[in-house]
Amino acid sequence: MRKQLSQAFRFTLLMTVLTGLIYPGLVTGLCQLLFPRTANGSLLKINGQVVGSTLLGQNFSSPEYFHPRPSAAGNDGYDATASGGSNFGPTNQKLIDRVKADVAKFRMENPDYQGPIPADMVTTSASGLDPDISLASAFAQAPRVAQARRTTVDRVNQLIQAQARGRRWGFLGEPRVNVLQLNVALNQSFPMAPKKQS
Amino acid sequence: MTMQGFVYIAVFFLVLLALTKPLGIFMAQVFEGRRTFLHPILRPLETLVYKFCGIRETSEQRWTQYSGSMIAFSLVSFLFVYAIQRLQGLLPLNPMHFSTSQAPGYATPLTPDLAFNTAVSFMTNTNWQAYGGEQTLSYLVQMAALTVQNFVSAAAGIAVVIALIRGFARKETNTIGNFWVDTTRATVYVLLPLSLLLALFLCFRGVPQTFKSYRTATTLEGATQNIAVGPVAGQEAIKMLGTNGGGFFNANSAHPYENPTPLTNFVEILTILAISSALTYTFGRMVEDTRQGWALFAAMAVLFFAGVFICYPSEGGGNPNLARLGVETKATDTQPGGNMEGKEVRFGIASSTLWATATTDASNGSVNSMHDSYTPLGGFIPLFNLQTDEVIFGGVGAGLYGMLLYAIVGVFIAGLMVGRTPEYLGKKIEQKEVKMAMVAIIATAFSILVFAAISAVIPFAKNGYWNPPGPAIANFGNPGAHGFSELLYTFSSASENNGSAFNGINVNTPWYNLMTGLAMLIGRFGFILPTLAIAGSLVAKKKVPTTSGTLPTHGALFVGLLVGVVVVIGALTFFPALSLGPLVEHFFMREGKLLSSLIIHAVWS
Repeated sequence: MRKQLSQAFRFTLLMTVLTGLIYPGLVTGLCQLLFPRTANGSLLKINGQVVGSTLLGQNFSSPEYFHPRPSAAGNDGYDATASGGSNFGPTNQKLIDRVKADVAKFRMENPDYQGPIPADMVTTSASGLDPDISLASAFAQAPRVAQARRTTVDRVNQLIQAQARGRRWGFLGEPRVNVLQLNVALNQSFPMAPKKQS
Repeated sequence: MTMQGFVYIAVFFLVLLALTKPLGIFMAQVFEGRRTFLHPILRPLETLVYKFCGIRETSEQRWTQYSGSMIAFSLVSFLFVYAIQRLQGLLPLNPMHFSTSQAPGYATPLTPDLAFNTAVSFMTNTNWQAYGGEQTLSYLVQMAALTVQNFVSAAAGIAVVIALIRGFARKETNTIGNFWVDTTRATVYVLLPLSLLLALFLCFRGVPQTFKSYRTATTLEGATQNIAVGPVAGQEAIKMLGTNGGGFFNANSAHPYENPTPLTNFVEILTILAISSALTYTFGRMVEDTRQGWALFAAMAVLFFAGVFICYPSEGGGNPNLARLGVETKATDTQPGGNMEGKEVRFGIASSTLWATATTDASNGSVNSMHDSYTPLGGFIPLFNLQTDEVIFGGVGAGLYGMLLYAIVGVFIAGLMVGRTPEYLGKKIEQKEVKMAMVAIIATAFSILVFAAISAVIPFAKNGYWNPPGPAIANFGNPGAHGFSELLYTFSSASENNGSAFNGINVNTPWYNLMTGLAMLIGRFGFILPTLAIAGSLVAKKKVPTTSGTLPTHGALFVGLLVGVVVVIGALTFFPALSLGPLVEHFFMREGKLLSSLIIHAVWS
């Protein structure tokens, strides 16, 4: 048994160096060299300032921006250091109460939209950092955004279409739009009065 | 359910099928010690390992020695991982200053019970997470402790199945290979090169890989968002390939930094099952009858599709309680419909349920959606997959040796029916093999049911040491039957070395950390040691010639028998427990009844 333990010790030590230091080091070196943007988190910079990551959702609540899904990450949602879902089961009273409140809020904020609420718009994502909303959720918000930005619903809808992503090869993924990128495009196409921009 | 969803599942299966033979041949060559195309590059690394560790490549071990090496290796691994965690505050590569006792305000302290749980979890290839990665662990712990175990605990699982295969393939001898050599080869030739390729691909598509500290962003609305980054891509790759599943982040593969796009999602689901699926072909090659491997593959495929096509429609049908509030639950061209609570928009329903099924078919345990928020029948599939010992392709190595134990039980039952001594692959299956197979299957079932039962009733003082929330059921995140499902899932996941969770339950208390840790140990060694004992017993036997009375084990009859054995043993063992959890909740949901009481028995009053 002593020989076994000594072999085990040396084996674990060597593997720690090989797979725990050399392997991640090598991967880091190659990734930083080949894909520096993604290796550092796909951060989006505007005028030299980091405004977020194109991969991560962030909160938007003012009417002139498209809003993301509700989020259970951290205490206030969209905490990118505390990812996670609500973990509410389908028969949990708390889930139903929360959805009821979110449905009411969505209806109030988007009085022009009469259809059923898109499934993603009142449910929290698994990560709490979902960067996307479905196209239906974006279209449903378009009248509100158009009004706040003093433009037409058609032009906002065109912007959604331009930013929309479909299914790769016809079956991979769901039709969706990235909220942060859509809002950045909004600011470029229909800028708000300067006081809103910090 | 959508047409695209069905196409997704079909394409997934076809790619998996296409990978099985080439990867299976490659692994057979590796474990038979033959030269492969990677030898010119990696052979020096392999010999370096042998030299450094004092391993003689040509020496063989009996099953007892093989088990001894495996246990010694696991023990040392545990101590390494525990020590690195507990010393994380003193060690480098800790830009966020995570500690073990007085953690910064936003972090979870890495207490002794949590470190014990995590060390057992990674050493046993469970990768259960009682912690949230981005709030608890330094980069060094993620790499030098967890990534290492992702490689070697997976490699050890592959080694064990190779030893069992040798038990069938060899005859009238007493050795089943060398644990160190098998584990080294699995790491060097299989896991390392595949991980390197996958890591680069993942980073190319968006997974970060950096040693820098967390970033800060100022959002368009002027708020501050702190963003956790880290050396994710390298760990993500082996986490998938080694059926490990312990995520860098709390949200695991639902986190956009672990799984940024639909394409990475497809590739990641594929890597959950690829090696395990290929091992069925390796098995066929090594026992010199590839039909035997394909028969196991077929049985696995039947169970796989059964799971997917229960889970997918259940989730696609959505939650009727939400439909009543005016939420769209049918899929349309512009929105996914279905039960989107705990699911990501970019994945939608089909690939979320495919993942949930695959990750519990295998002992992977990574998630791209939150199983706790699944509809009752949607969540029943992952739970039942765990309880039937994850033999549907399964964990790397673990799935195949699990299925082979079921095959032994299957031929035994068939033998009883016709009154003949059962045989499998020319080896007589006798008392010892059947006993050992049953020990393995009962050990995990015992661990699931007993630990869950104890936790369902045990009282603790509120704010005490063992379980600060109070009695063990106070940790549930959901009321009533769903809370019980959380508990059952916890011990199923731990005992079967899976690592996924119904995450609402708070398991980071000394009670749960110790009990799930014990369950993981029982699940790992209670399964592996009987498996190696069977290998040792079989290898000594002679091969008996096939006669007209031999049950052919490569045809549809045997596949049906095997599927039946897996389902019947699982159902007989777990039906009472399942009926208290997901089954009763299913009827509640259909009736529109909601649960709000925290205590289970109050539901029944």
